[in-house]
Amino acid sequence: MRRTGGLPLSRDILNIRVRELKPSGIRRFFELIIGRDDVISLGVGEPDFAVPWRIREEMIYSLEKGITSYTSNFGLLELREAIADYYKKFGVETSYENVLVTTGVSEGIDIALRAVVNPGETVLVPEPTYVSYQPLAFLSGADVISIPTCPDFKLTFEDLVKYRDRNVKVLMLNYPNNPTGVSYRKKELEEIADAAVELDCIVISDEIYGELSYNFRHVSIASLNGMEDRTVILNGFSKGFAMTGMRVGYAIAPEPILDGMLKIHQYSMLCAPVTAQIGALEALRNGEDELERMRAEYMRRRNFFVKRLREMFDVVMPDGAFYAFPDVSSTGLSGEEFAERLLMEKNVAVVPGSAFGECGSGHVRCAYAVSMEKLREAVDRMSDFVNSL
Amino acid sequence: MNRELEILRILENNSRISAKEIAEMLNMSVEEVEETIKRLEDEGVILKYKTLINWEKAGVEEVYAIIDVRVNLTREKGYDDIAKRIAKFPEVHAVRLVSGDYDFQVVVKGRSLKDISFFIAEKISTIPEVRDTVTHFLLRTYKEEGELLFKDEEDRRLAIVP
Repeated sequence: MRRTGGLPLSRDILNIRVRELKPSGIRRFFELIIGRDDVISLGVGEPDFAVPWRIREEMIYSLEKGITSYTSNFGLLELREAIADYYKKFGVETSYENVLVTTGVSEGIDIALRAVVNPGETVLVPEPTYVSYQPLAFLSGADVISIPTCPDFKLTFEDLVKYRDRNVKVLMLNYPNNPTGVSYRKKELEEIADAAVELDCIVISDEIYGELSYNFRHVSIASLNGMEDRTVILNGFSKGFAMTGMRVGYAIAPEPILDGMLKIHQYSMLCAPVTAQIGALEALRNGEDELERMRAEYMRRRNFFVKRLREMFDVVMPDGAFYAFPDVSSTGLSGEEFAERLLMEKNVAVVPGSAFGECGSGHVRCAYAVSMEKLREAVDRMSDFVNSL
Repeated sequence: MNRELEILRILENNSRISAKEIAEMLNMSVEEVEETIKRLEDEGVILKYKTLINWEKAGVEEVYAIIDVRVNLTREKGYDDIAKRIAKFPEVHAVRLVSGDYDFQVVVKGRSLKDISFFIAEKISTIPEVRDTVTHFLLRTYKEEGELLFKDEEDRRLAIVP
């Protein structure tokens, strides 16, 4: 379409909240990289593995058989059953009736927020945060309050109950966390759960990195006493099963919330892509070995990478996901300056921590979803860079 | 996860990796890794460190054949006795007892088709317990020891994604 400077309408063409929305900080940094050769990118928030072949093969076969139509709005029944069964692994007893298959967790975040938030109600977002929560909460009409969690990136009971009088409707929770990798043990989750009860709010629990937990088993906050009725679990197949581009995720929620989400989903999305749903079903049925293989590989990389980073910076130990979030302020550079100069001088891309919220600004996010060989080279270059300062 | 198994998995994929690198990956000390590897060698868990070579690329012409061997067992001669007899020939690359129509799968390496044919005719078929053999000459290898021998997919990810 032709780009135009003039406005065809006599009033504002964009919705007021869209106008106020800031473009993603990650996006801006992406522009800097385009056209550069030989960049080792630690900026990629997705697995370096392709979709496991047996999952791909199953999707190809389904296409050969001509399985290309819509599914139920809820998603394939077998997949919903498999998901309900699978979540026992994280301590949650649920039924397929509480499962909605979404087009990635991204859609899940959007419809969960829109289903429950009224204008004037507050959504709490701990920072550093995944980039989507605040914009989507804002678009849903919420007042968004950010809670800084530096320096250890852990949310506590006290952090939360401060907002007792702020009409809090939703707490966004993401563990293991993008960008810090930090996660919560059961005991810590209990504290957060107590706070959620105290605030009388819903928890939207984004557990997309749950499978990639290295220090302890992932436990869903929904499994804790009383939380089942106020938690929306969001999860999917992008990270653990390396299916990012397939766009398939799911929500597990109490019936009234799920019904609300379904209403939006059926009008705006209709259903998740059927091919991806079939791949997801195969992932749950036969993907465990591949998952284990990938998890073991990420853990090795994490151990290696964090050890090397700690020779240069303060780094909070990531419990999971595939990110490390070093504090680079000891170099005297801001996160942006560090990232930009590292890219220009050493051809290594990391993402400035400020893209994930104010309190991340002295940090950079490094994704270790690259081969051991590349990771080694990248960290050597980082070390050269730091020594040259 | 069991650290011994972790070390073995890493070594199986790259036997030239240093103890230091393994230590970094598994959060162990270099000494611990070295001791564990030494023990695994002594115990015969680690048999040998080998290299996977694409000989075709190196310009070396080698012929492989997979031979199905059916045998007659007797009181005096069981599977083990026959297998050992076959395995001792340097031309024999692998000997496996298998289920199905045949008893042994024998992989033989030679310089030419003729070479291998004569070897089988003279050395395998003439063993008294061998009932019959079927020879399959190997034409092309697509995967060996878990490694794909053709060019796999490239990384198509964008440089920066959320």
